[in-house]
Amino acid sequence: MSILLGILEEGLIYAILALGVYITYSILDFPDLSVDSTFPLGSAVTAALLTAGVPAPAALAAAFLGGVLAGTITGLIHVKLKVVDLLSGIIVMTGLYSINLQIAGGANLAFFGSSTIFENSLTDPLWSSPVGDFTVVIISLIAVVLVKILLDAYLKTRSGYLLRAAGDNDTLVTSLAKDKGTVKIIGLALANGLVALSGSIYCQKQGFFEISTGTGSMVIGLASVIIGTKLFKRISFIKTTTAVIIGSVLYKACIAAAMAVGIFPTHYMKFLTAALFLIILVVSNRSKRKGAA
Amino acid sequence: MLELKHINKYYNHGTVNEMCLFEDFNLTIGDGEFVSVVGSNGSGKTSMLNIICGSIPVDSGQISIGGKDITRMPEYRRLRTIGRVYQNPAMGTCPNMTILENMSMADTKGKSFNLRPGTNKKRIDYYRESLKVLGLGLEDKLDVKVGVLSGGQRQAMALLMSTMTPIEFLILDEHTAALDPKTAETIMELTGKIVAEKKLTTIMVTHNLRYAADYGNRLLMMHQGKVILDKTGKRKEETQTEDLLALFNEISVECGN
Repeated sequence: MSILLGILEEGLIYAILALGVYITYSILDFPDLSVDSTFPLGSAVTAALLTAGVPAPAALAAAFLGGVLAGTITGLIHVKLKVVDLLSGIIVMTGLYSINLQIAGGANLAFFGSSTIFENSLTDPLWSSPVGDFTVVIISLIAVVLVKILLDAYLKTRSGYLLRAAGDNDTLVTSLAKDKGTVKIIGLALANGLVALSGSIYCQKQGFFEISTGTGSMVIGLASVIIGTKLFKRISFIKTTTAVIIGSVLYKACIAAAMAVGIFPTHYMKFLTAALFLIILVVSNRSKRKGAA
Repeated sequence: MLELKHINKYYNHGTVNEMCLFEDFNLTIGDGEFVSVVGSNGSGKTSMLNIICGSIPVDSGQISIGGKDITRMPEYRRLRTIGRVYQNPAMGTCPNMTILENMSMADTKGKSFNLRPGTNKKRIDYYRESLKVLGLGLEDKLDVKVGVLSGGQRQAMALLMSTMTPIEFLILDEHTAALDPKTAETIMELTGKIVAEKKLTTIMVTHNLRYAADYGNRLLMMHQGKVILDKTGKRKEETQTEDLLALFNEISVECGN
């Protein structure tokens, strides 16, 4: 039961990260590695602010804005300085590592006792109710659904249309008299904002910031996106954003299952993350080829 | 009025592979003209379009529209008043978006791409009507992704989309070259109709000498970066496909290909 709860909690929280990766990877067709540092950026900002006594909702907003800023920088490096997409992400990822340490004041920062979005005067009755064990799941679910609804709504706006067009056929963006570079920057900003938001929620669940949580974020996000989009490709009534969220939970379940077998020590977590991602990639490539033939 | 003045354009400038494409190239296109441009491969037709649209920079010279110098203006800003249809039908539409979404985007050109709804529901009937004119049955497929349409259907949509909002120039870059003969004919008839209806100033590059002779009120033949034939009005009307072909053979023999 506790394993199942853990899967749901982590799956839902990481689903917000996956939605961010969905924007860059699927919509914009941009392999954005800055994600590996914007996830802990969200955590670092949150930990620093909560320690300083700032209310949790404000910390969430600040984390989101921090991610937006970092994404904008990745975009500017790519668009204005004409650095290859992959390298732009790596540059920001590497540079942000130091910034994250600076913000949190070290590799770890605990804020036990501070009120978070999970533990505050409003959620106290929930904790003591019969469904108390599900508190984190419920709050995470509300957050994910909210983000999903907002993202779906955004993708239906004029600006959202342009974002989808930029990943689909950027010549058309130029034909529509819009600067495709600006559209890419907006997409990267939004995506990394979501990733940092996910990092903020994750660290509020944990009760501490830890610099290494970011390693592999990109892979986790990508794996979730690929599982979700491939698995539900033929089911048209499930929106892609919903599929990505389910993909995130399924991915966490796979990891948990692999760990539960018991032959891997805990520090093999990242190894499993990578290995599972490889398997997902290979399988999805196979099915693509079969579909084409 | 579009003016190209003293345009110089070299490829691989300053290297051993340097190739001069345009040397002191001049061209003026008046409002309301429908110019057909023909010429062998490498004669500079598409490069001329790219220079007008700003897709490639010039080494020196001036480009102006209606007296306004646009030489340094970035491509996306120039395309505000220019509609362009490419040879490749995939360039003019978004394959993963629906017909309705594509039409809506084209309709938003020139306005702000803000947080308003991407599709204005009140305009759907108008989109349906304009698609109906194409006669391809697209008006019943508004929610179908453009990626599943044929090349001809996509090109028809690209043409419709690039002329949906008010523009000063229509640039057609061999827009029938990738289509089968019958579809090409349909698209060409449609082009003639739209240009006449909206009274668009048009530049059409084509390899089809018959289209060049039949459509438009001015004809240019280009060769090695120079205009070697420029017929307007009555003289253009008298030009037959055979005359063009004869001239084409002449210049080809000169070059030895």
